[in-house]
Amino acid sequence: MAATVKYDDVETGQEIPAAEYRVRRVDLVRYAGASGDFNPIHWNERHAKAVGLPDVIAHGMYTMAQGGRFVTDWAGDPGAVVEYGVRFSSMVVVPDDDNGATITISGIVEEKREDKRVVVTLTARSGDSRVLSKARAVVQLT
Amino acid sequence: MPLNRDFVGRTYQASAPYEVSRVKISEFATAIGDDNPIYHDRQAAVAAGHPDVVAPPTFPIVFSLLGTGDALTDPALGLDFSMVVHGEQRFEYERPIQAGDELVCSSTIAEIRSVGRNEFLTVRSDVHTTSGELVCRTYNIIVERGGAA
Repeated sequence: MAATVKYDDVETGQEIPAAEYRVRRVDLVRYAGASGDFNPIHWNERHAKAVGLPDVIAHGMYTMAQGGRFVTDWAGDPGAVVEYGVRFSSMVVVPDDDNGATITISGIVEEKREDKRVVVTLTARSGDSRVLSKARAVVQLT
Repeated sequence: MPLNRDFVGRTYQASAPYEVSRVKISEFATAIGDDNPIYHDRQAAVAAGHPDVVAPPTFPIVFSLLGTGDALTDPALGLDFSMVVHGEQRFEYERPIQAGDELVCSSTIAEIRSVGRNEFLTVRSDVHTTSGELVCRTYNIIVERGGAA
């Protein structure tokens, strides 16, 4: 249970290449079931529009989970993540078609700490919007 | 309607510990689209040095608000759930959650504040095993749109 990324091989400012994550209506239904969050704004277009939203929107936690994947795939071990936080700055609108929405996530090593830990900041976009802000993970490297 | 500030400082706990199963971890990982074998296959997790399958970083969201369910829907709080969106979320981990964990989650309404027309409510949850080992802390900020208007 250790990261496969070596602290000494990482430099401040290093970019982690972007990855794309698809989110369709069926993904939100599956996430609602697995997470227990059945707020209808995430699956019922009629309800979403009635409360002033443009359409069904993704669970913020679905987007955050994709950021988590991005970090754990980079680090090589989920157990290496010691802290992970985000602010949900914009909605991921998910149309009722076969393509859904795309979340594009990239990262940068913001800081190297003394204890072989690094701070990774994430940028997550969907369409023209930045959907996460203050998104950062602290990762224990080896 | 502004939220009732009397709720700040109140702490809630689910009536029973949350039992973490391999099946639930795998289901959650599938739902976020992550096929990392560490989440799905005990042998792969053991080979990677874990005692059993471990959960993805955002897994605590599954159980961390169970204890506050009744409080957040209490009419005395004044929260209109149809206007709620998720504002911020943060996790601090002592170790990964793993299959077999029995977790006790103690959730405190840490803060309620108005930002513009919206109400922000922060729930901090401390997650321990039934034997008292701290596993993680979570911070959940929900936003009631228009609540402070």
